[in-house]
Amino acid sequence: MTKEFTCIVCPNGCQITAQWDGSRVGEISGALCPRGAAYVSQELTAPKRNIATSVRVQGGVLPLASVRLTAPIPKEAIFPALQQIQQLTLTAPVEAGTVILRGLLGYDSDVIVTRGCEKA
Amino acid sequence: MKQPKQIDAVIVGGGPAGLAAAVALFDHGIENIIILEREAQLGGILRQCIHDGFGLTRFSQTLSGPEYAQRFIDAVEKRRIPYLLKASVLEVSADKTVTAATRDGLMQWKAGAVILTMGCRERTRGALAIPGDRPAGVFTAGVVQAYINLYNRMPGKEVVILGSGDIGMIMARRLTLEGAHVLGVFEVQPYPSGLPRNIQQCLLDFDIPLHLSHTVTQIHGKSRLTGVTISQVDDKMQPIPGTETFYPCDTLVLSVGLIPENELTIDAGAVLDSRTKGADVDENYQTSVPGIFAAGNVLHVHDLVDFVSLEAERLAASVAVYLREHQLPCCPIPVIPGDGIGHVIPQHISGQRDVSLSLRVNRPFENAAIVVRQQGRALCRKPLRKIAPAQMLELTVKAQQIAPEQALEVSVE
Repeated sequence: MTKEFTCIVCPNGCQITAQWDGSRVGEISGALCPRGAAYVSQELTAPKRNIATSVRVQGGVLPLASVRLTAPIPKEAIFPALQQIQQLTLTAPVEAGTVILRGLLGYDSDVIVTRGCEKA
Repeated sequence: MKQPKQIDAVIVGGGPAGLAAAVALFDHGIENIIILEREAQLGGILRQCIHDGFGLTRFSQTLSGPEYAQRFIDAVEKRRIPYLLKASVLEVSADKTVTAATRDGLMQWKAGAVILTMGCRERTRGALAIPGDRPAGVFTAGVVQAYINLYNRMPGKEVVILGSGDIGMIMARRLTLEGAHVLGVFEVQPYPSGLPRNIQQCLLDFDIPLHLSHTVTQIHGKSRLTGVTISQVDDKMQPIPGTETFYPCDTLVLSVGLIPENELTIDAGAVLDSRTKGADVDENYQTSVPGIFAAGNVLHVHDLVDFVSLEAERLAASVAVYLREHQLPCCPIPVIPGDGIGHVIPQHISGQRDVSLSLRVNRPFENAAIVVRQQGRALCRKPLRKIAPAQMLELTVKAQQIAPEQALEVSVE
């Protein structure tokens, strides 16, 4: 069966078609670069996403530091992951680049600070 | 007020364009410069854009907005480029005197060149003239983004989004991740105004419906929003009677376009382009006022910050030449947007060197080409399988192709 995808890897947003028999990925076409095929294969077998959110900061100039994951996690893990990240609280100062949680939900993905927060 | 300080260049705005311009200018040997930023931090709008997807072109990796900004802030700090925070520029005059309200009172600089990098702001409810009550709960997407990502405030629980701009779709996802229920995104045009990847990763991923050719025709609620009426529109974007549907909600998010912030540009006497709502510039990014330059979203709204940085760096190279030689080559050749083109930057070129044109189409096209012609002769052709107004396109025209004194016309064929 033919499946259609919009690639999310870059802003080109290639329209990609792929053959899929329910377990194996067949011919993939329409991608401007090799990352498109990799994305579609992943999308058909085990779709993954990165997420960005914030973590509460105490004693900072802002109440939040922004965070993202160092590697995408399975789509179905997004909401459980958010729940776990929301339980974290940091104390200012917080520096960008700091890993604040390793191996989120057992996946090979860490939570990293993207916007730090100075002490108030 | 003290005597104005003599300075090579004043950079108005410390967002992505201003930061990139300052760093590039410094690296071209122009070191007597200052960045004036009205916020308490450098970085501009990127500080609140915590989602990833920035820097793919520039750094070959996907970064969040704050990380992208930090790379340029670090470059500014490393070079010890002076900047002033909480400094709001009040006036840029045609003789390149810059006046700012700062923490130390009113300050003035007499600059060799002024670089305008003020960015853009959002269209609001007032610009749309939506009828109805005026309750709390109607926000622009950028304001919602600031509330959630900077101030830890949730604007509402039941949300309708008007406009399919990228920020609107990104906030649809962000609101959903933070526990709100997004009823749908409604777009007045028959095609989405944001990028296809955001339709997938921000809407489809979270089962948020996108309704094209629909708009809000009534706002309900006394103190707080209680709902909106949505109507389908016809091909002239007029609401079709009888299609009204009431959506109960406490929050309406507007993602209905960005407008370059050009009050200072106008006051300086620079000519604006009615299509871009930004300054009319030549290939050096020089406005109609000699020595005043503009780049980034203040010039035309970009889709990607990577292109903002590149544009600001091209500007800086020109400013460095201007400051050394006190003039730039004359740019008498107009660049005109033809059929299918929304706008083109720059509006004037010299024809003496290769020029990079930035443009947007005004409607979606499939299997078409962007063609640059001079009196019918094709100078450059870029075939594209799919082009949407959401994407900004860049193409280069070689100097040897350009004949003197004839206008360049860019169109979709």
